[in-house]
Amino acid sequence: MFKGISASAGIAIGKALIYKSQKFNIEKANIDDVDGEIDQLKHSIDATILQLEKVKAEAERKMGLDKAAIFEAHIMILMDPEFINDIKNKIIKEKVCSPYAANEVIKSFISIFEAMEDDYLRERASDIKDVGKRLLNNLLGRETIDLSKLSEEVVLVAHDLTPSDTATMNLEKVLGFITEIGGSTSHTAIMARNLEVPAIVGVNNITMMVKDGDTIVFDGQEGIGYRNPDMHIMEEYSVKKKYFELKRRELFRLKDQATYSKDKRKVELGCNIGTPRDVKMALKNGAEGIGLYRTEFLFMNRSNMPTEEEQFQAYKEVLEEMEGKPVIIRTLDIGGDKELPYLNLPKEANPFLGYRAIRISLNQPEIFKVQLRALLRSSLYGNLKIMYPMISSVEEVRAANEILEDVKRELKEKSIEYSNQIEIGIMIEIPAAAVIGDLLIKEVDFFSIGTNDLIQYSTAVDRLNEGVSYLYEPFHPAVLRLIKLIIDYAHADGKWVGMCGEMAGDLNIIPILLGLGLDEFSMNASAILPARKLIAELSYLEMKKLAEETLILSTSKEIRNFIAENLKK
Amino acid sequence: MLEKLIVIKSETGLHARPAALIVKEAQKYRSKIALVKNDNEYSCKSIMNLLSSGARKDEEVLLRVSGEDEEAAFEALAKLLEGNLEA
Repeated sequence: MFKGISASAGIAIGKALIYKSQKFNIEKANIDDVDGEIDQLKHSIDATILQLEKVKAEAERKMGLDKAAIFEAHIMILMDPEFINDIKNKIIKEKVCSPYAANEVIKSFISIFEAMEDDYLRERASDIKDVGKRLLNNLLGRETIDLSKLSEEVVLVAHDLTPSDTATMNLEKVLGFITEIGGSTSHTAIMARNLEVPAIVGVNNITMMVKDGDTIVFDGQEGIGYRNPDMHIMEEYSVKKKYFELKRRELFRLKDQATYSKDKRKVELGCNIGTPRDVKMALKNGAEGIGLYRTEFLFMNRSNMPTEEEQFQAYKEVLEEMEGKPVIIRTLDIGGDKELPYLNLPKEANPFLGYRAIRISLNQPEIFKVQLRALLRSSLYGNLKIMYPMISSVEEVRAANEILEDVKRELKEKSIEYSNQIEIGIMIEIPAAAVIGDLLIKEVDFFSIGTNDLIQYSTAVDRLNEGVSYLYEPFHPAVLRLIKLIIDYAHADGKWVGMCGEMAGDLNIIPILLGLGLDEFSMNASAILPARKLIAELSYLEMKKLAEETLILSTSKEIRNFIAENLKK
Repeated sequence: MLEKLIVIKSETGLHARPAALIVKEAQKYRSKIALVKNDNEYSCKSIMNLLSSGARKDEEVLLRVSGEDEEAAFEALAKLLEGNLEA
């Protein structure tokens, strides 16, 4: 049996695939048969090109011509006369084996590119690494695990999954994830919930315990699983799986209904998305809007800034698919735990307190303006709301709005149309912003509470640090009081408040949020229907009273128990 | 031998995608085709070589073509380099 942190509910039963970043231990072997070695090189290059042609075709189908073009460049590197001749010459002159010769040449090219002045070209070193890895695998007769073309259904077992791993993964074949690191709000966990794939994170040494092809069963909700289980456990889990799916189907009856409390207070349930392809999942789960579209994924996993046109297409796609339902698009929120190599941001001691999000946008308006232009142009295709992240002061909102006005003027001069009904909002995730909510609300149309960072900043707990994560506590009285403050400030000015952090979809907390008067809850697709069902069973007036009583309690434990007891009644 | 000074117009300079287009075109010809920058010659038939030129937007480079089909090659490459390689 193995245990970890519950990351995404559901039961997975399937064969394990261990996904490791591959390391090469290439020894320098002397050879006599130079021709044989060169033949092997040729064969391996051909095989690699063939694989890349397939990856490219797959990428074209799934991500569009544009994203696939990079594989064309990869193929060209392999056909490059300079590259091939360097390897050949090394084999001939030094009488060394082809993997060693290839590795040396790859390394020398990597160091040439890494030494370049141009940021973009320095990044190309990673393309050469990528191609080199593939070629070396072929030379060594090993397989390159390519998550975009998994052919069998698997339970993926990894030390960690990067955003680019999950972005390129062939989801139809992934039954579940298990990773060694991460907590319930880590990237992998959030992604897994979005995709409705069962997942457990933080399972120590799982990549050592499990072998490829082992049978794995696990329960993502409980955070428990088994390797090669006996008949009884197998049976138990297949029953659990059926039950889970049945419950899910029941919930789907609520899909096309609006969200009302028992005493008919209407709230809105939105969905958090990262890419246009998540919209399908949002609608399938009955989202009444997009409460948070994280645009940073458009900027990640690539080596240069997305153009205005690329951004415009993505925003337009989401707006069109949502057919007039509200779509809150957050401007670039990079920095912190999300890096962009081509921005060349310096390493920081405290990235979460550093140069990130709106701070970058205001300091590098040339990036911000491109995004705003794309957003404004897309506004004709649906109900767009723009939201700025990481606001800590009134000055920042004003500065951002001024840039927005500049861009609007520029568009007008060029007679480019945009909607004049775009609401502007800000994320409230810094305690300072919560405290001056009465001042901030005058500058905008709405607030959206980002609870992951609000909890982290107000309790001074790094949510990614496993050593202190036990202090990361949504039921901390300070957190609940801040939320009340934010909602009251907005309502006093006649404006609405949403929430787009993990708390908004937590069934244990929703009753209090409803009672505090939250207007919009935005969550992962899979949380929407259970939330709608719960809210329909709750009375707003009762929850309002419950919230008031909760806010005078001293500890998070008392709060938790008090809510649980009252809801049982 | 044919030569011509060319200003790189591609937004991102001679980056992977534009470079790939140039290599693809250059490989159709037998002539020796190169870009010259700071007295260094970069073969247009090698993507690594071309990339390592690090040529950026608005930079001036010399297109140099010599060989049996130099006229056709020169015309095709000049047209490509002077156009918008991003599209």
